[in-house]
Amino acid sequence: MSTSLLNLDKCTIRFGGLTAVSAVDMQIRSQDLLGLIGPNGAGKTTVFNIITGVYQPTSGTITFNGKPTAGLKPNVIAKRGIARTFQNIRLFPTLSVYDNVRAAFNLRLRHRLAHALTRFPSFYREENQIKARVMEMLEIFGLAHEEHLLCGSLPYGDQRRLEIVRALATQPKLLLLDEPAAGMNPREKEELMELIRFVKEKYQIAVLLVEHDMKVVMGICQRVVVLDYGIKIAEGTPDEVQKNAKVIEAYLGEEPAKVSQETSNARRPTPDAP
Amino acid sequence: MKHRHVKQLGLIAAILLSAVASAYSGAINSYYLQVIIFVGINIILAVSLNLINGYTGQFSLGHAGFMAIGAYVAAYLSTEQSAGIFNALGGVGQFSIATVFLGSLLFGGVAAAIAGLAVGIPSLRLKGDYLAIVTLGFGEIIRVIIQTTEAVGGARGYSGIANYTTLFWTYTIAALTVYIVLSLIDSTYGRGFLTVRDDEIAAEAIGINTTRYKVTAFTLGAFFAGIAGGLYAHTTTYINPSGFDFQLSIQIVIMVILGGMGSTWGVVLAAIVLTLLLEYLRFVAGYEWLPDLVRRIAANRTIIFSLVLIGLMLLRPQGLFGALPRMGAAKRVREPRRKQKPNEPGTGVTG
Repeated sequence: MSTSLLNLDKCTIRFGGLTAVSAVDMQIRSQDLLGLIGPNGAGKTTVFNIITGVYQPTSGTITFNGKPTAGLKPNVIAKRGIARTFQNIRLFPTLSVYDNVRAAFNLRLRHRLAHALTRFPSFYREENQIKARVMEMLEIFGLAHEEHLLCGSLPYGDQRRLEIVRALATQPKLLLLDEPAAGMNPREKEELMELIRFVKEKYQIAVLLVEHDMKVVMGICQRVVVLDYGIKIAEGTPDEVQKNAKVIEAYLGEEPAKVSQETSNARRPTPDAP
Repeated sequence: MKHRHVKQLGLIAAILLSAVASAYSGAINSYYLQVIIFVGINIILAVSLNLINGYTGQFSLGHAGFMAIGAYVAAYLSTEQSAGIFNALGGVGQFSIATVFLGSLLFGGVAAAIAGLAVGIPSLRLKGDYLAIVTLGFGEIIRVIIQTTEAVGGARGYSGIANYTTLFWTYTIAALTVYIVLSLIDSTYGRGFLTVRDDEIAAEAIGINTTRYKVTAFTLGAFFAGIAGGLYAHTTTYINPSGFDFQLSIQIVIMVILGGMGSTWGVVLAAIVLTLLLEYLRFVAGYEWLPDLVRRIAANRTIIFSLVLIGLMLLRPQGLFGALPRMGAAKRVREPRRKQKPNEPGTGVTG
């Protein structure tokens, strides 16, 4: 598929004897809104960490924008255009809301140490551009009135939003959201779904969403990938996935005997090592 | 548009002020002059360590080691290698002295920076206490190496260094250090140092090369420590390896902690106050009307430092000044949030 933005090809990662993710294939096209779901411990966050370079896959390849990303450090991958948020919010607690977003402009910065010291007009020009962009983004996401606050003093929903804004400030082509709805009440979840749709349209980016909350996933995703014990068990539209027998099994455990068999298979180290 | 040049104007004002003060320095009692110069040197040391420990969040205990490198390299160059330059510049004069002095300071700083780079790169795999121990060990290694190097006097120390350090140069360099650290932090590039301190994983995720930032902080911090060492050597005219022991490193760390990690002005003030306090304690130790115990405590810096640190940690762990009531506030707000979602795993990378 030539339009594929991110391509995971038979990605496997093992931690000692535990195969956390096993031969997962996944394609994300540009401007896709793909959901990644699965029961607890299915390996969703691990897939995230493989894509963003936090972990290196034991075998398999990942290509982003046609180029392999294996062996690259997270900051390089971020520069290539993959941004992420974290399951438990990771903002910079001693920085203001404004500076949290400003810091994300760092990776496309033209000025360096020497410019920060000599402070020629070009330095101020770039700083002013960044300031305008940050304020514009804070404005769009309704955080402008809180720009001087420490991010820790924001309400929970605003912290989530700020993390998304910070990720968007790196100008990604693909945004990974790790359980953005965690800890939100139904109203906040509605707002979040609205926000994700808005972000995708406004910035013309692809979104990969890991989420526990089925209402959120089924509500906004065009396609859904289901993981269970590190294996991809289904992929399709939300409707297809919801009717898929394997998925129902994974979530509800309809046939206990079969489930346990699959489990033990998945957890055993697969023989085809690299 | 006007406020953008506040830093540059402040720098120029500080340099002019030190030039004026320096012109009248002949009128100052030479002991007081020495103390004032020590204050300036400690400002350089504390502000540069604050870049590593305060802004970048890497706990270094090796600042005395970097200072020693700068002191010995600068002293050696100005004492042994300056004849050629003096000849070329037509004898010993204002200009040739300044050239020799600044040249040797610069080389001392660069040598220390190279050492900072060398320590920085392998130490980056370490965090917190482990990094502190490695840097502490580094400082001690430097001291032992100097002790066994006969070319610079070994354990006897190195004497006969010219007294080149003036009030002007000390405070010009101190002002430059403050200017550089402040303008660095006050830029989008410089905010990267703070993100490394706050959350390395999140910093990497937004494309910050945390390794690069840490090495930069170490190198730059070591550079200024080296220059401070050169100034120190040229004001005491005699340096001894045991003068650069880990107690000195701890003394600088205490200035940073007292001032408030990550607050340059707080650290400047702490450097001034602590340096003066330590000098004053020499007199206290000599007051015969004081009880013997008080005098003995006053004579022992280690006890005073320990008391200052214990008191500080109990009463104001974030330091006296600085960015830091904010830090406490952030923590307080974070607590209830955790309770909101009890089923969440501890870290974002796992799970």
